[in-house]
Amino acid sequence: MTLDSRAPSGPIETSWERARFELKLVNPANKRKYNVLVVGSGLAGASAAATLAELGYNVKCFCFQDSPRRAHSIAAQGGINAAKNYQNDGDSVYRLFYDTVKGGDFRAREANVYRLAQISLSIIDQCVAQGVPFAREYGGTLANRSFGGAQVSRTFYARGQTGQQLLLGAYQALERMIGQGRVEMFSRTEMLDLVVVDGKARGIVARNLVTGAIESHAADAVLLCTGGYGNVFFLSTNAKGSNTTAIWRAHKKGALFANPCFTQIHPTCIPVSGDYQSKLTLMSESLRNDGRIWVPLQKGDNRAPGQIPEPERDYYLERRYPSFGNLVPRDVASRAAKAVCDEGRGVGPGGLGVYLDFADAIKRLGRKTIEERYGNLFDMYFQITGENPYEMPMRIYPAIHYTMGGLWVDYHLQSTIPGLFVLGEANFSDHGANRLGASALMQGLSDGYFVIPYTLGHYLASTKFEKASIDHPEFKAAETQTNEQIRKLLSIRGKRTTNSIHRQLGQIMWDHCGMARNAQGLQKAIGEIQQLREEFWTNVNVLGDNDGMNQALEHAGRLADFLELGELMCRDALHRNESCGGHFREEYQTPEGEADRDDANFSYAAAWEYRGMNSEPVLHKEPLTFEYVHPSQRSYK
Amino acid sequence: MRLTLHVWRQRNASDKGRLVRYEMNDVSTHMSFLEMLDVLNEQLIGKGEEPIAFDHDCREGICGSCGFMINGVAHGPLPGVTVCQLHMRTFKDGDELYLEPWRARAFPVVKDLAVNRSAFDRIIAAGGFISVPTGSAPDGNAVPVPKENADRAMDAAACIACGACVAACPNAAAALFTGAKLSHLNLLPQGQPEKNRRSAAMVVQMNAEMFGNCTNIGECEAVCPKLIRLEVIARMNRDYIKASWANRNEPLKND
Amino acid sequence: MSAAAVTGALTRRASFFETTIGKKVVMAVTGILLFGFLLAHMIGNLQFFMGPEKLNTYAENLRHILPVLWVMRIGLLVAAVLHIASSVSLARAKNVARPVGYAKRHNVGSNYASRTMYWSGPIVLAFLIYHLLHFTIGTAHPEFRELKPYENVVSGFSNPIVSVAYIVAVALLGMHLYHGLWSMFQTLGAAHPRYTPKLKAFAKLFTAVIVLGFLSVPLAVLAGFRPGQDIV
Ligand SMILES: Cc1cc2nc3c(=O)[nH]c(=O)nc-3n(C[C@H](O)[C@H](O)[C@H](O)COP(=O)(O)OP(=O)(O)OC[C@H]3O[C@@H](n4cnc5c(N)ncnc54)[C@H](O)[C@@H]3O)c2cc1C
Ligand code: HEM
Ligand code: HEM
Ligand code: SF4
Ligand code: F3S
Ligand code: FES
Repeated sequence: MTLDSRAPSGPIETSWERARFELKLVNPANKRKYNVLVVGSGLAGASAAATLAELGYNVKCFCFQDSPRRAHSIAAQGGINAAKNYQNDGDSVYRLFYDTVKGGDFRAREANVYRLAQISLSIIDQCVAQGVPFAREYGGTLANRSFGGAQVSRTFYARGQTGQQLLLGAYQALERMIGQGRVEMFSRTEMLDLVVVDGKARGIVARNLVTGAIESHAADAVLLCTGGYGNVFFLSTNAKGSNTTAIWRAHKKGALFANPCFTQIHPTCIPVSGDYQSKLTLMSESLRNDGRIWVPLQKGDNRAPGQIPEPERDYYLERRYPSFGNLVPRDVASRAAKAVCDEGRGVGPGGLGVYLDFADAIKRLGRKTIEERYGNLFDMYFQITGENPYEMPMRIYPAIHYTMGGLWVDYHLQSTIPGLFVLGEANFSDHGANRLGASALMQGLSDGYFVIPYTLGHYLASTKFEKASIDHPEFKAAETQTNEQIRKLLSIRGKRTTNSIHRQLGQIMWDHCGMARNAQGLQKAIGEIQQLREEFWTNVNVLGDNDGMNQALEHAGRLADFLELGELMCRDALHRNESCGGHFREEYQTPEGEADRDDANFSYAAAWEYRGMNSEPVLHKEPLTFEYVHPSQRSYK
Repeated sequence: MRLTLHVWRQRNASDKGRLVRYEMNDVSTHMSFLEMLDVLNEQLIGKGEEPIAFDHDCREGICGSCGFMINGVAHGPLPGVTVCQLHMRTFKDGDELYLEPWRARAFPVVKDLAVNRSAFDRIIAAGGFISVPTGSAPDGNAVPVPKENADRAMDAAACIACGACVAACPNAAAALFTGAKLSHLNLLPQGQPEKNRRSAAMVVQMNAEMFGNCTNIGECEAVCPKLIRLEVIARMNRDYIKASWANRNEPLKND
Repeated sequence: MSAAAVTGALTRRASFFETTIGKKVVMAVTGILLFGFLLAHMIGNLQFFMGPEKLNTYAENLRHILPVLWVMRIGLLVAAVLHIASSVSLARAKNVARPVGYAKRHNVGSNYASRTMYWSGPIVLAFLIYHLLHFTIGTAHPEFRELKPYENVVSGFSNPIVSVAYIVAVALLGMHLYHGLWSMFQTLGAAHPRYTPKLKAFAKLFTAVIVLGFLSVPLAVLAGFRPGQDIV
C-alpha cells in the first residue's frame, strides 16, 4: 500500500486555497440526503458535528459521557495559539508554522502544519463570536500570553479554563443544532466497532451504556474524534474515560496507525502519592515562568527543603540550559527530571519528584502578584497534596499528557479507509514527534470547524453510494462479534480486576516505553504485554451482566484494546532507531545527553497495518520532505 | 483511618433502591474521595459483589461528571470543591458517611450514585447559545468587550453543569444553573441580539423539565463547586421579565 | 433514557404567568402591597398607646371614608388571593420536583425563615382569618363592641391564650417578612454584590420594627397597661 498524502504541491502559502477550489461541492439541496456519524463531542467532534449540521448534513453524534459537554477537552487549562499578532511582537502565520514544525522535531507534514497556522486566525474569531469569554485588556481587546517558552505572545486564554470555554462554545453550537433536530445526539453511548462495506466506512456498532443494548448506525461517512490514548499508561493527565477503543477497532478494520510511540510527557504534574493513585493532575506549564526547579546536590538528602542551603541545591535546568533555563521544552524538561531522580536525588515519597520553588519569585514580586498569576493552581495543588506552595516548594514530576500518534490521515483528514475521517488528537496530526503547548486545542477546532466541512463534502460529492443499511451482513457480523466479546469478558470470572491489570500494563509502558526507551527494554516490554494480555483474557474478573450500566465492563473493553495498542507502541519505538521529540532512545543521544535525530533514515511517518492479534504488524512509510523549514538540531543551551 | 459508609444502591431507574452499609478499614488520608470508592469497589469485586456505579471522568473538578451527596451535602463538606477533588484528610477516623445520588424528578437515577442530567442539555439546546454559523464571525477584536463584563461573564461561564445546585435546593430548582448560562451569554455584546429569545426560551424549558421553583433560599450557592453567585438568578429573573415584555405579542416558546 | 437521543425541535409554550418566575413576580408584587398595609396597620395600632378616644375615632374616621376603605379592602383581598394562589401552585411544583427525598439532609447556606415560607405563610393566613373574626367581625370575640377597637383590644388581649396566639402569629409573620423582604427584590431581578447585603440588613431591621410594633399592643395589655384609662 502506498500512502498518498494528497498534500498539494506548489507554493505552501496558497496550497489550502488551491485545494479548496479544486474540492468538489455537494449541492445544497442534496446535503440532507447524506448521513454522517461523528464519534466524539470534544473540540474536534462538537465543532465538526455542529458545522456539518449547519451546512445541512444529517448528523448523528456520539459520546460516552452523560453529556457532550464533558468531553476531555474540557480539562485543557493553558490556552490556544493563533497567529493573530495582535501584540505586534513579530508573530505571523509563517512563524507559527515554523515553530510548530521545529517544535515537532521535523516529524510532521509541512502542508498540514501551514494550513493549521493559517486557520488559527479564523478559530479565534469564531470562538469570540460564540461568546467564549477570553481574557481581555482594559481597552476591551483580547489579551495574550506567551506559553511554553514561545518568543511571541500568541496564546489566547480564558483564566485557567481555556479548554472548558472553547468546548462550551462548540457544545452550545452543537446543542443549537440538536434543539433544531438537525443533530441526533447519543450520549452515554460507546462506539465498539467500525463497519466497512465494499472498502468504504459505512457505519458503526455502539453500546448503549445505560441499557447495554448493542445498536448499529449506518451512514455515508464516519468521523472519529475520540481523543488521545495516553491512558494506556494507566496514570496520565487524561480523564479516566479517555481510551483508544474507537480508533483501535478502526485500526483492526484496516486503518493504519501512525507513530503510535510518539507520546508527550508533561514535566509539571503532581507526583504519585500512593498505590491507590487513579490519575495524575497537571500543573499548568505557566508555573515554570516564575518557579525555579531544583533537587538536592547530594543523593538521599532527605532534609526538609527549607533546611537545604543554596550551595547544596542543584538548579539543574538553569545549569544545563543557561539560555532557556526553566523554560526548556516539555520533552527536555521531563527527561532532565527523570535523570536527576534516576541518580537518586529525587524528592518526596519514592524519590520520584523535584522541587518547583516560588520562594524567590515571592521575594521578588510579592505574594500578591504570585497569587494573581497562579492562585487557582496553588489552590488546586493544596487541595490535592495538603501542602501550601506559598510556604514550601511544590513537588512535581513528569506524567503522560498527550499522544501525537494516532490513525494516519491524509491532507483531507481521511484515513486509509475511504469514508473514515479522523480529527483532533485521535489522528497522528500536525505535531510530529512533540506538541507545542496550546496547539492541540487549535488543531482540534481547525479540523472540525474549517477543514472537514470542505474535505468531507469532496468525498461525498465524488463517491458513488449504494444505500447503506444496518441489515447488511457486515453490520450483522460486527454486532455478533461485539456481543461475542462482551459475553466472553463477562464469562471469564477470573481473579484479577480490570484496574489491577491496567495498572500493571501502565507500569510496563512507563518503565520501558516512557520518557526514555532502549531496544532491550522494549523487547522485554513486548513479551510482558503479550503475557499480560494472555492473563487478561483468562483471568480477569468482570462482574454483573450486560442488561444495564456496567462500568467494569466498559473498562474491560477499553483495557482489552490498550493491551494490544501497548504492544504496537513498543514495536514502533523499537523500530525507530533515533531520538526525536517525545521519543528518546537511550542508544541514540549526543555526548551531552540530547536527542540524536537521524533524518537520513527516519524522516518519515511510520504507519502500521494490523495483521491479527498475534502476528506482527506491517510497517508503511510516508516520507516527509521539508521544503520550507530545514531540519536542524534543536538546541536550548 | 476507619470509615463506615452507607451507600445508595439501585440497579436501574425502575429498581426501588436502598442504602447499604460498608466498613472500610485502612483509608489513607491522601486519597481522593473517588479513589477511596475505587478501593472499596476493588474489595467488593473481590467478594463477588458488583462495584458501586458513580459518574466521573476528569477527576480534576472541571468536567462536572462527578457528584453525590455526602451526609446530606452536595459534593461533601468543603466549599468550592467537587467530590473528585475532595480528599480524605477532610474526614476523621470513625466517621460515618451517607452517600446518596442527586435527588430530583428531572434527574432520574441511572444506577447507584449516577443520575441522568440531560435535562441540563435540553435547557442549553433551548437557547443557551449564540447563533453564529461557522465562518460568519467578524474579527476577534472587531467588538471590544469591557474587561469587567468579560470577567463577570467568565465567572458565570465557569459552571460545570454538575447539578449540585439542583440537588441541594429544597425546591429542586435549576435556577443557579440556568441563571449562570443566561448571565454568561447575556453579559456579552455578542449575546445581545438573542438576549430576549434566549431568556424566555431557557426559562420555559427549565420549567418544562419539571425543576422546582426558586424561592431564593440560597443552598445552591453554598454548595456550588464553582462558587456561582445568587446574583445570576436575579439576572435571570430580570432578563426573563424584560423578555416576556418585549415578546408580549407572541407566547413564550423556545423553538 | 439518558442515552436516548436528545432530539426534535423543542416546542414548549407558556404564558408569562405559567412560568415559575411569572408566579414569583406575582408574589413579590402582591407581597409589596400586603406589606404596605401591614406597615400602615401597625402604625394605626400604635395609637392604642394614645388612649381610647384616639384609636376609636381613628376607626370612626375610617368608616367616614367607607368607599376608600372598601377599595383598600378589596385591593388587599385581591392581593392576598393572588399571593396565595401563586404560592399554592408553586408549592405544587416544588412537591413534584423531588419525589424521593434524602435519607440525610444538611443545610449549609440558608436560614430557617427562607426554608419555611410555605409554612409561615399559611399559618399567617389562618391567623388572619381568626383575626378578622376577632377584631373586625367580632364573632370570635366574647365581648365584641362595634367600632370600639380599643375596648375590643383590651378585653381581647386580657385573655392570655388569645395574646399568645397573636404573639406566635406575629412572630411567624416576622419570619415570613424577613425572607420575603429581600427575596422580592431578588425575584424582581435586583441583586447587587454591594447593596444586597445592605438590603438584607434592612429587611432584618424593618421586620423587627413591624413585629415589635404589633407585639407592643398585646404585651402592653398583658402587662396590665391601659393607656388613657388608668388616669381616670
Ligand atoms: C490536563 C490537560 C490539559 C491540556 N491543556 C491544553 C492546553 O492548554 N492547550 C492545548 O492546546 N491542549 C491542551 N491539552 C490537550 C487537549 O486538551 C486535547 O488534545 C484535545 O482537547 C483533544 O480534543 P479531542 O476533541 O480530539 O478529543 P476529546 O476532547 O478527548 O474528546 C473525545 C470525545 O470522544 C468521545 N469518545 C471517545 N471514545 C469513544 C467511543 N469509543 N465511543 C463514543 N465516543 C467516544 C468522548 O466521549 C469525547 O466526547 C490538554 C490536555 C490535558 C489532558
Ligand atoms: C400577611 C401578609 C403577607 C405578606 C406581607 C407577604 C409577603 C411576602 C413576600 C414579600 C414574599 C416574597 C416574594 C418573593 O420572593 O418574590 C412572600 C413570599 C411568600 N409568601 Fe407571603 N406574604 C404574606 C402572606 C402570605 C400568606 C397568607 C401566604 C400563604 C398562604 C404566603 C405565602 C408565601 C410563600 C409560600 C412565599 C414564598 C415564595 C417566595 O419566597 O417567593 N404569604 N410573601
Ligand atoms: C397584634 C397585633 C394586631 C392588632 C392589635 C390588630 C388589631 C386590629 C384591629 C383592632 C382591627 C379592627 C380595626 C377596625 O375594625 O377598625 C384589625 C383589623 C385588621 N387587621 Fe389587625 N391587628 C394586629 C395584627 C394584624 C396582622 C399581623 C395582620 C396581617 C397579617 C392584621 C390584619 C388585619 C386586617 C386585614 C384587618 C381588617 C382591616 C379592615 O377592616 O379592612 N392585623 N386589626
Ligand atoms: S451552578 Fe454550580 S452547582 Fe449548579 S451546575 Fe453549575 S457548577 Fe454545578
Ligand atoms: S437553593 Fe433553591 S430556592 Fe433558589 S436560591 Fe438556590 S435555587
Ligand atoms: S470528575 Fe470531572 S468534575 Fe469531578
